[in-house]
Amino acid sequence: MNPEKARMAEQFINAIPHCKALGMTLTDIGDGIAEMELPYDLRIVGDPETGVLHGGAVSALMDTCCGAAAMSHPSSPAGTATIDLRIDYMRAATPGQTVRTRAECYHITRSVAFVRATAMDDDTDRPVATATGAFTVEGKR
Amino acid sequence: MARTRPEPVQVVKQRRDAALNALVHGVPYVQFMGIEFERRGDELTAIMPFDEKLIGNPMLPALHGGAIAGFLETTAVIGLAWSVLWEEIETGVLDADELALGYLPRLPKTIDFNIDYLRSGLPRDAYARARVNRSGRRYASVHVEAWQDQRAKLFAQATGHFLMPARKDG
Repeated sequence: MNPEKARMAEQFINAIPHCKALGMTLTDIGDGIAEMELPYDLRIVGDPETGVLHGGAVSALMDTCCGAAAMSHPSSPAGTATIDLRIDYMRAATPGQTVRTRAECYHITRSVAFVRATAMDDDTDRPVATATGAFTVEGKR
Repeated sequence: MARTRPEPVQVVKQRRDAALNALVHGVPYVQFMGIEFERRGDELTAIMPFDEKLIGNPMLPALHGGAIAGFLETTAVIGLAWSVLWEEIETGVLDADELALGYLPRLPKTIDFNIDYLRSGLPRDAYARARVNRSGRRYASVHVEAWQDQRAKLFAQATGHFLMPARKDG
């Protein structure tokens, strides 16, 4: 991915209102791979007793990261929309820690991009969640 | 044999609404998203009023897939927790007044969640209902349907599996 396209993708993603509201940012993008992070925030806790982040916030992070990976693929001309997304929650994210995710577009056709992602906190040996999804490839055919 | 007189309707309603209110408003993320629940008997409808911060594509504009996922997951978790709570409140196992004071039961944990995006989410209010298809001691399976203007035209649906909190009695 050329630096110009990467910079545009970064601007585009960091300007999404829902991502801004959750405080997530894109940390790396290029050639079908994207990395994003979501800092811990008390406003998006799902279990007040333990302080663990809500699955919905992690879903939003993974959905955005998967979409970014799909868009950054060399064969993807433009935007994308999620067709479906499956998320497996392996364990609770540790309260207080940033959740980081890395998504990879591992196959793309003229119509569909197939993407998978893993989310971690500081303990990178044990994933917090994984996701697989199908995304639309817009603007071609 | 004299039957016990049924409680006045407003007493029953007040108790149920207070329990639901405690359940929903105890979760910061649910508040952050602005999600509310309406109750008709034991049936819940989740409502996510439109807000600028839910937008994922400012050009269209359309709701963020992640916001939709969070809305559906919230509907599933609260719906599932409510179906268990309902039984416990109605049979008197659980004290609804204590619940209203914030002594909340543990919520089910999501094992996996699979979302189908059927059409783009329009910049307006969204509604969802959960159906608990299986609720065992340890595992549960829940299906959620979400719509906006027309009930018959779903804009998203999801199926999730959940781990039930350990019960006190065993």
